[in-house]
Amino acid sequence: MRPEGEKERFLDRQGNVDRLLWGVTVVGVVLLLVDFLFHRHVYHSWERLWGFYGIFGALAIVVLVQMAKGLRRLVMRDEDYYESD
Amino acid sequence: MSPTDLPPFTLFFAAGLLVPVLRGWGRKAVVLLVPVVGGLSLLGLEPGTYSQITVLDYTLTLMRVDKLSLLFGYLFHIAAFLAFLFALHLKKEEGATLQHTTGLLYAGAALGAVFAGDFITLFVFWEILALTSVFLVWARGSNRSLASGLRYLIVNVVSGVLLLAGALIHAHETGSIAFTYLGLDGLASWLILLAFGIKAGFPLLHNWLVDAYPEATPTGTVFLSAFTTKVAVYALARAFPGTDLLIWVGVTMTAFPIFYAVIENDLRRVLSYSMINQIGFMVVGIGLGTSLSVNGAVAHAFNDVIFKGLLMMSMGAVLYRTGKINGTDLGGLYKSMPLTASFSMVGAASISALPLFSGFVSKSMVMAAALEGGHGWLWVLLLFASAGVVEHAGIKIPFFSFFAHDSGIRTKEAPWNMLLAMGTASVLCIAIGTFPQWTVYPLLPYAVEYVPYDATHVITQLQLLFFSSLGVFWMMRTGWYPPEKRSVNLDSDWAYRWLAPRVVGAMGAAASSLDQAFRRVALRAVGASLRAVARILGPNEGFSKHYPTGYMVLWVSILLGAYLLFYFL
Repeated sequence: MRPEGEKERFLDRQGNVDRLLWGVTVVGVVLLLVDFLFHRHVYHSWERLWGFYGIFGALAIVVLVQMAKGLRRLVMRDEDYYESD
Repeated sequence: MSPTDLPPFTLFFAAGLLVPVLRGWGRKAVVLLVPVVGGLSLLGLEPGTYSQITVLDYTLTLMRVDKLSLLFGYLFHIAAFLAFLFALHLKKEEGATLQHTTGLLYAGAALGAVFAGDFITLFVFWEILALTSVFLVWARGSNRSLASGLRYLIVNVVSGVLLLAGALIHAHETGSIAFTYLGLDGLASWLILLAFGIKAGFPLLHNWLVDAYPEATPTGTVFLSAFTTKVAVYALARAFPGTDLLIWVGVTMTAFPIFYAVIENDLRRVLSYSMINQIGFMVVGIGLGTSLSVNGAVAHAFNDVIFKGLLMMSMGAVLYRTGKINGTDLGGLYKSMPLTASFSMVGAASISALPLFSGFVSKSMVMAAALEGGHGWLWVLLLFASAGVVEHAGIKIPFFSFFAHDSGIRTKEAPWNMLLAMGTASVLCIAIGTFPQWTVYPLLPYAVEYVPYDATHVITQLQLLFFSSLGVFWMMRTGWYPPEKRSVNLDSDWAYRWLAPRVVGAMGAAASSLDQAFRRVALRAVGASLRAVARILGPNEGFSKHYPTGYMVLWVSILLGAYLLFYFL
């Protein structure tokens, strides 16, 4: 928490953080649209798919994080697990 | 022998012996000047072998100079300079003498190993690496670091023993101890690969790293992250390029740590997992064995030492100022440590391979080599691992410490020497990323034809980075992202930290109860036979019974009667 009386900073407001997030999202979408404008040279057949890199990146990260959440059930223990005896 | 022909480790070892008797600015000058003078002395070196000595029947080569050893030679001098600058403020009560001395000896051992021309010399420096660096863990002074350091030492010494065993078998079979290309062929090469693999953090052999590095001092981890694993990468590139097995070992290394990095709370442990992930890219490059992929592997080692060092420094600065390093305890530090936060983000951009930052120009060489070699699935897995890097090193490290929710911690900016070290590393990351053809590419072992900056590569990489970042941020915004938790996550060290003590304990208990049961049965058997004997021989029992003499006379006359009867028949 911000101590009492300290000046509020730009990122302290949730509204500003959301605006930033939307801004980055718009830049991302523009980057994807660039795929229409130029022909990129490809080596792998998947690369021919429109927006492959963006879609792959977003999917990969969601799969990764959700699988890691599942991994917690398997491997997470108390902080003093090894020191408890 | 001119002074420049002396092996580079000698300067560091000599300074290591001198530093304990120096104090104040004299010592600071020495620890900063040694890497500078040593690094400059490499500049005029011609390829060849120097400093050979004969011990028993073997010729030991203390200094073999070629492009590969020189690249790591320059790198370790830069890393040592940055690490000493970062640790310059250390005071007596923080263990300055111990850390500066072992830091010099440790960096010297790393240089000794990369310039070693034979396996025996390599083995000696391999063990000195372990014996000196463990003090950087122990210098933290906590019970946890003491235990962790001990485990670190045991594993690393075992690696050295395997190396020596492999080297001796190799010498017996071939008559040569030369440290050159081996390939995977026979017991000796397997032992040596295993020894290298332990130090490189191969899967299941990796746990000493994520166990010990986060337990070292704030400055010690910066040293640790630079040398040991990169010596192993160098050794693999020297002895096992083009070994197919390494491709799959490497891709496993890139993939499994990123899951642990998502759920780990200690941010320096996140970086330790991240380190295995980055070494994975290098191991893949070495396994592919083409000139492009090996170039990519060693270029990435070069860049990784600097950007991983930078990230470790930024987290070291946070730990030094706040005494905390868990994601659960930190947040909002950009208000107190804006410069450290900026440098941390430069490190994050570099490791994520953002264009104009160093990771972009080296990791892409390995990826391109995978595609050129027709390894489509390998490339997809590496792309997945690259997205994972964005999550844990690109976002998680700077976000949870400097941004996220405001933890209310207000502290001072890092000391000037730490800022200078982080600033220098940041400049290097951007300079290498922007001008690879004038910085790291000329140092690579093979001629570089690869061009990192073309429209396709830049745009596709930006798409990958933006959308994986957006994935993380939108998951955080919507609550899909798992919160940091105070916890321990079981990894392969569970086998020797939890299972082994219990198995050994259980085996002891089983042996003891078996022993007791055996003794009980034996005692019973002895008692029973004693009683049986007593029944026969005891007083007034069986044979020792008193019989009246009349019985004897009766039996004698019966016997005589029987004789007579048989005689007449």
